[in-house]
Amino acid sequence: MGAENDMAVEVFDLATGELRELNQRLHDLNEDAAKTPWRIVHPRGAHAVAAGVDSPVKIDIEGHVGYYCAGMNQHAQITVHGMVGVGVAENMMSGIVRVKGHASQSAGATAHGGLLVIEGDAASRCGISMKGIDIVVGGSVGHMSCFMAQAGHLLVCGDADEALGDSLYEAQIYVRGQVKGLGADCVEKEMRDEHLDTLAGLLEKAEMGKVKPSEFRRYGSARQLYNFQVDNTSRY
Amino acid sequence: MTESHDNPPGGLRESATFDRNVIHEIQRAARTGIYDIRGWGAKRRVPHFDDLVFLGASMSRYPLEGYRERCDTGVVLGTRYAKNPIHLDIPITIAGMSFGSLSANAKEALGRGASEVGTSTTTGDGGMTPEERGQSKTLVYQLLPSRYGMNPDDLRKADAIEIVLGQGAKPGGGGMLLGQKISDRVAGMRTLPKDIDQRSACRHPDWTGPDDLAIKIVELREITDWKVPIYVKIGATRTYYDTLLAIKAGADVVVLDGMQGGTGATQNVFIEHVGIPTLPALRQAVEALNELEMHRKVQLIVSGGIRSGADVAKALAMGADACSIGTAALIALGDNSPHLDDEYRKLDSAAGFYDDFQEGQDPAGISTQDEALASRLDPVVGGRQLANYLRVITMECQTIARACGKSHVHNLEPEDLAALTMESAAMAKIPLAGTDWIPGNAI
Repeated sequence: MGAENDMAVEVFDLATGELRELNQRLHDLNEDAAKTPWRIVHPRGAHAVAAGVDSPVKIDIEGHVGYYCAGMNQHAQITVHGMVGVGVAENMMSGIVRVKGHASQSAGATAHGGLLVIEGDAASRCGISMKGIDIVVGGSVGHMSCFMAQAGHLLVCGDADEALGDSLYEAQIYVRGQVKGLGADCVEKEMRDEHLDTLAGLLEKAEMGKVKPSEFRRYGSARQLYNFQVDNTSRY
Repeated sequence: MTESHDNPPGGLRESATFDRNVIHEIQRAARTGIYDIRGWGAKRRVPHFDDLVFLGASMSRYPLEGYRERCDTGVVLGTRYAKNPIHLDIPITIAGMSFGSLSANAKEALGRGASEVGTSTTTGDGGMTPEERGQSKTLVYQLLPSRYGMNPDDLRKADAIEIVLGQGAKPGGGGMLLGQKISDRVAGMRTLPKDIDQRSACRHPDWTGPDDLAIKIVELREITDWKVPIYVKIGATRTYYDTLLAIKAGADVVVLDGMQGGTGATQNVFIEHVGIPTLPALRQAVEALNELEMHRKVQLIVSGGIRSGADVAKALAMGADACSIGTAALIALGDNSPHLDDEYRKLDSAAGFYDDFQEGQDPAGISTQDEALASRLDPVVGGRQLANYLRVITMECQTIARACGKSHVHNLEPEDLAALTMESAAMAKIPLAGTDWIPGNAI
């Protein structure tokens, strides 16, 4: 048993409790129980911590976690006070996931909704195949970020490595720093007022309101590869 | 005798290398500038279950009475880790086929037919539809690289989860759904604009390799509270190693799809030239299960060219726990029906040959999103036809099993089989009929 009640905060110690017990208890939260915040201590790189949560519970994870933390999250507000492994908030539907440190590859992969904030850097394939999530990265992102991204927004306050937005669909990308290279069918687009408003809103939600929207550049799909054309063969 | 394209004038010699089909394809490629895309599976002749026969009981074996003595067909899938393994009445399931590739009525009909005979059906790329969930007593939910329509609510509604690594028709390839089949509903479910060609990725976006897969499987088990079985589906290529790795990664069930397995839309060159036939792949998968002492502990489902109860019985005898059908199920619904021949000919095809599932103009209302065409398929009638067909092939399988003296179809074994050709003997490692010889084995 790794949990104890600490002044209206449910504390679960993964050094003594099992991941299975933790996730089952998080899955079983009803509306009232979800009002009590949780602290998860000593995660020690465990995988699938707080995966599949489906309630508006607030969870603080004190330490580093492995793969798929907050996977498929619905409604929960999860903060990781450390680093995260592969696929943080993968396929998230709603809620907020905040990473105080850096994130490994495939952060926010295929996620449909919610907000993922990575205060440090995110490795390669950040936002791969994203389907509506908003991702705000305080640092830089690795190569192939937003590969085949379908919907949502990726904001990068630092730099982006090569092949950004390769085979992009309708997701929108904003980068404040340098872009090493754009992937196939990804182009820089005009920044209009509505885009600046979107940026300002997302930065505010990400608690990065001091960053200026005007410093970003916007990228999106050229939509030239949406239907196969033989003359585009060299680009496929 | 009149001269025609099929019956050229005497004395003309057709090239074996550049035959008429080859010439036609070169001309088509030169005219259009695009490779040939089609549905269905490999059409070339490959060693298959037809090349095996059963050794029925006689003096040395004791048969069961065909119309009196029981021969059970039930199968339990997912006994390794899942709290709720799947119990099926027959060892034949319906393979994954997407809503998008198929009409909603076709998906509903598959669910109805499968449920009527106590077996499962499977979603596909594009997510789970209410029609399919509503009509499927047991539904397997696929987790594909694209993750189109993937969401935790549907994941929790599933009776099993199938992680798709590959498909027999195109191992190593992703999917494609051409723009003409993208209706508003399909586009909405996939979060993509209407009318564009929708590519399904060939690699999963958040894991690479077997060590990652093991972690991914644990995540899915955690999200679903370890209730449902997790299948891993592989296309037949390096099947021995892939099966070993799937088992090692924690699969409850391995689904193996041979190169005869169907697809909704893939390049012809891919379908015909990538992957290996079901027969050798099945033998390799069973060898891997035995190597890890996991045969019957991790269940094996085999698909790719399953057409009859004889095919099912042979696959089970070689060590499979169940078979899965896709193309045959669509035919049972009404695909390629002779009464539609005139309409197939308007599409430059004919009944028995139609494979342009990617075009969305299917006169049978199966591989289409056109509402008028789709309405031609009555899901109740289609479901009934599928149930009939599943009952027939189950009875065929039981007939063979009883003739071999087996009170359960799972009691069929390799010793009950003989091979008719050198190739099938070598690939299946079944002795050539009338001999004790398996090519490659010491005499």
